[in-house]
Amino acid sequence: MIVSFITSAICIGVIFLYGCVGEIIMEKSGHLNLGIPGIMCVGTAGGCFGVSLYMKGLDAGASPNLIALFFIAVFFAFVFAAALGAVYGFLTVSFRANQNITGLAVTTFGSGFAQFFMDKFVDTSGLSKAASCFKKGLPFADSLGWFGEIFLSHGILVYFAIAIALAAAWFLRRTRKGLYLRAVGENPATADAVGINVNAYKYTAILIGSGIAGLGGMFYVMNYTGSWQNASTIQAYGWLSIALVIFTLWRPDISILGAFVFGGLYIASSYRLFGLSTSVLDVVPYVVTIIVLIITSVLDSKENQPPAALGLSYFREER
Amino acid sequence: MNDVTKETEEVKQPQPQKSVREPLFHVVKRDALPVWKALLIRLGAILIGTVACSILFAITMKENPFDFFVSIFEGCFKTERRIWILLRDTSLLLLVSMALVPAFRMKFWNLGGNGQILMGCLATTACMFYLGGKWPDGVVIPLMIVSGILAGMVWALIPAIFKAFFKTNESLFTLMMNYLASGIVVGVLKVWVKSGSGTLPPIGDANLPEIGNQYLLTILVAVLITALMYVYLRFSKQGYEISVVGESENTARYIGINVRKVVIRTLAISGAICGLTGLLLSGAINHNITSTMDDNMGFTAIMAAWLGKFNPLVIVATSFFINFIDKGVGQVNTDFGLTNSAFSEVAIGIIYFFIIGCEFFIQYKIRRNAGKSGGDKSSGKVRFSLKKLFFRRREEKGGEE
Repeated sequence: MIVSFITSAICIGVIFLYGCVGEIIMEKSGHLNLGIPGIMCVGTAGGCFGVSLYMKGLDAGASPNLIALFFIAVFFAFVFAAALGAVYGFLTVSFRANQNITGLAVTTFGSGFAQFFMDKFVDTSGLSKAASCFKKGLPFADSLGWFGEIFLSHGILVYFAIAIALAAAWFLRRTRKGLYLRAVGENPATADAVGINVNAYKYTAILIGSGIAGLGGMFYVMNYTGSWQNASTIQAYGWLSIALVIFTLWRPDISILGAFVFGGLYIASSYRLFGLSTSVLDVVPYVVTIIVLIITSVLDSKENQPPAALGLSYFREER
Repeated sequence: MNDVTKETEEVKQPQPQKSVREPLFHVVKRDALPVWKALLIRLGAILIGTVACSILFAITMKENPFDFFVSIFEGCFKTERRIWILLRDTSLLLLVSMALVPAFRMKFWNLGGNGQILMGCLATTACMFYLGGKWPDGVVIPLMIVSGILAGMVWALIPAIFKAFFKTNESLFTLMMNYLASGIVVGVLKVWVKSGSGTLPPIGDANLPEIGNQYLLTILVAVLITALMYVYLRFSKQGYEISVVGESENTARYIGINVRKVVIRTLAISGAICGLTGLLLSGAINHNITSTMDDNMGFTAIMAAWLGKFNPLVIVATSFFINFIDKGVGQVNTDFGLTNSAFSEVAIGIIYFFIIGCEFFIQYKIRRNAGKSGGDKSSGKVRFSLKKLFFRRREEKGGEE
């Protein structure tokens, strides 16, 4: 039972991982995007749209090609989510609107749009077949016992998420562009003064971050449930992803582990771990996040703080 | 901060831009715009937003776009009951906005309205559930009022205290408190409702008294709180302190304001009003509790408060408008059989985008940069635009003379 618990914790954790890495990239540029839940919904709608088009084009009875399916799903989810991210970016970067308010509006619009779009334009009949293709684990997973089940039995999107998180960690810590991005989030005026194009960095971070977050919603349908139900479940995952950002102290590499911990906490109620009743366990992720938030602020170490300019819009001529 | 400066020192001047191209437009901060002009811009944005929605409606539904507007108005004003409900819900939203305004004026981003309302609901319903019918209403009702308000207050005070003493990020903290609250409500409902359905039947005992009809009490409370809040923010010393802390914490400290005290006191007020809203929701309107009873008002009120520029009197108008759109577009949903209320969210989202966007045109103006003339092209970008602005002013003045 422990093995199956860990396996499904990893699987659901990946939803948070996508959302969290996307949000970290955005927050590093100084943008607290509360639109993540909406963006994840739209990403889901995009991914489903792309996959349904592909499945429709397929001959009846033919099995879908995983590679093609993967690229189509990722591409559509990314583009749809990034498009909504562009709206957020346009309003907050160019128009300097309040980020909290814009984010909430994006969430309202995004979850509504996803629901509306799925009902009206997407043929969901082929999704489960595509999902079963996505869920297929690595070929030698079965022969390796518990190790195989925990680490190798997942679909391709799980490993893709981990790869993205590692790449983001490397980018932010080890590259010059990553350093510039962090500078923009910490103090845009200073960054501007040394000649970094602040708005370009912000836009890029928001577009890429939104796109990655959108993959999380797509993952939920393609690798977890295999069918579209409604936008509100995905919305809940979006809020948890934002919580996860704090939990992992704005570090994509830690977020891999953090996501699996969150995933475990999220499904713990259905496994009746520790003999606790379900409702108590449901709030644990939030309580843990609050505790982390408090501890980091009490310790006040410079390493673990949110970006200093988080939530503030930057206007060059205002000093 | 130190960390950053160290990092940026390491940044050796990035490669100089090959050719500094002059952007076509150039954004300048406006002086205060006359009220009527600002209002005109906002109304224009709302109009464009609504028209955009009706076009989307016409394209996707293949219906007459004019029907869209008819439905909106019918949804709000067709029957007397609808008008009352519109007014009551406006009052509720107004109350929550009044709760958020002092906090927002202080730049304390209280995103926890939902949770604070729910805790108010929970405390009120707990009194009704355990004491209603057993004790006389004259005792239970005051107890409900006190406990409902206190519960909301406590829920806001927890993040406020941490913000005051440790600078804990309040927007994330209060956001998490929302989910904690709704989790607690779900848990409590599991204990209360033995059947396991998770829905509590309305409690008949110890309801708040009706005045006139079932809607008027809420409306009166909202009017009273709004008036009080206006006076409090505008004419009291405490209201002034809130504004100073919001403008600059250092200034506040310098002139001897105890910032911690102001933060905690203001959030106590904020949470108390949210708790009061919860009291009305559970004690006067629904007589029970669900984990979604807050109806996301904590978030919607942020929109209302921000649109109203944190001015209580303007917020009366904005919360009416938001409810008008909400009810109206909801009616579009039912009239045209759109599933799961999705279209209304899309429409509201679009209108929000336009309203948010239009604020830019109120605060800033866009100037066209004058072609190739003027400006030192070889200099860096920052100096360039500032210098340009400076020279342009001078030239303009010179020209007039």
